Amino acid sequence: MSDAVAVHGAVEPAETPLTPESWGKLGMWLFLAGDAMSFGGLIVAYGALRYHAKSWPVPAEVLGINLTALMTFLLILSSVTMVLGLAALQDGDKPRFKKFMGLTILGGAIFLGLQAYEWTHLIGHTLPHYKLAFSTDLFATTFFVLTGFHGMHVSGGVIYNACVLAAVNRGRYQAKHVEIAGLYWHFVDLVWILIFTFVYLL
Amino acid sequence: MSTNAHSHPNYIKIFVILSVLTAVEIAVTFLGLPRKVLVTLLVGLAVWKAVLVALHFMHLKLEKTTLSIIAVIPFILCVFLSLMLLPDIYPR
Repeated sequence: MSDAVAVHGAVEPAETPLTPESWGKLGMWLFLAGDAMSFGGLIVAYGALRYHAKSWPVPAEVLGINLTALMTFLLILSSVTMVLGLAALQDGDKPRFKKFMGLTILGGAIFLGLQAYEWTHLIGHTLPHYKLAFSTDLFATTFFVLTGFHGMHVSGGVIYNACVLAAVNRGRYQAKHVEIAGLYWHFVDLVWILIFTFVYLL
Repeated sequence: MSTNAHSHPNYIKIFVILSVLTAVEIAVTFLGLPRKVLVTLLVGLAVWKAVLVALHFMHLKLEKTTLSIIAVIPFILCVFLSLMLLPDIYPR
C-alpha cells in the first residue's frame, strides 16, 4: 500500500484502516462487483441452458476461434498499454501517457470493429457445421447476449477512456482518475478472458 | 512488491504470461482430451488469467484487503448460484 498512499494520500479525506485511500476507487470496485454479478448470472444461466440442451454445437467449429483469439490478444494488449500509460502519468510523463492511452482507446475500438465484423458474418447466415441459420436458437441467443453485453461494456470503456484522456489533456484529471478508469478497463478485459473460454473454447 | 512511488510492477512480464496462457488455451483445444479434463483445464487457465489481471493490472496485490474482499464476493455468490441451480440441472 505504501506507493499507493504516496500517490493518493494527500487528497482523500477520512482514511480508515479498512477503506482504500481513494473513495473513487472504492466506488468503482463496488460498481464492478455488481457488474460482475450481472456477468456471472448470465454465464451461469448459459451453463445451465447448455447443460440441459439436447444438442449443442462445438462452438469453435461454428464460430471459428482465430479471429476471437486475435481479439483476446488485442484486449490484453490494450490492458497493458493502459497500465503503462498510468505508470507514465504517475511518473509525471504526460506525453508518454497520451501515447499509451491513445493506443488503449485504439485497441478497444479495433476490438469493437472486429466484433461487428464477426457479428455481420454470423447473423442470419447458415454456417458450415451448423444446419440452422444462426440467430434462431438457444446457442445463438446465449452467444449474442453474452458477447453483446460485453461489447456494450467495451463501447462504454472506449468512450470513458477517451473522456479521461481529454480531461487529462486539459489538466482536470490526474493519475488517480486514470487509475479508476483503468480498473473498469481491466475488468472488461478480465470478463472477456472468461467469455472467450466459456463461449468459444469449451 | 514495489516500495517506492517510482517503481512499477513488471507489466510486460504479466503480459507475456497472459499471452502464453492464451496460446496454451487454444493449443489445449486441439489435443482431443476427454471432455471433463478439457473443461477443468480450460476453466483453470481462464481463472488463472483473470486472477493475474486482477492482482497485477488492477493492483489488488498492492491494495488494502478490503478491495480484495469486494472483488471476491461476486465470485463466491456465482458459485452459490451454480449450486442452487444444481437441482434443476440434475432433475430427479
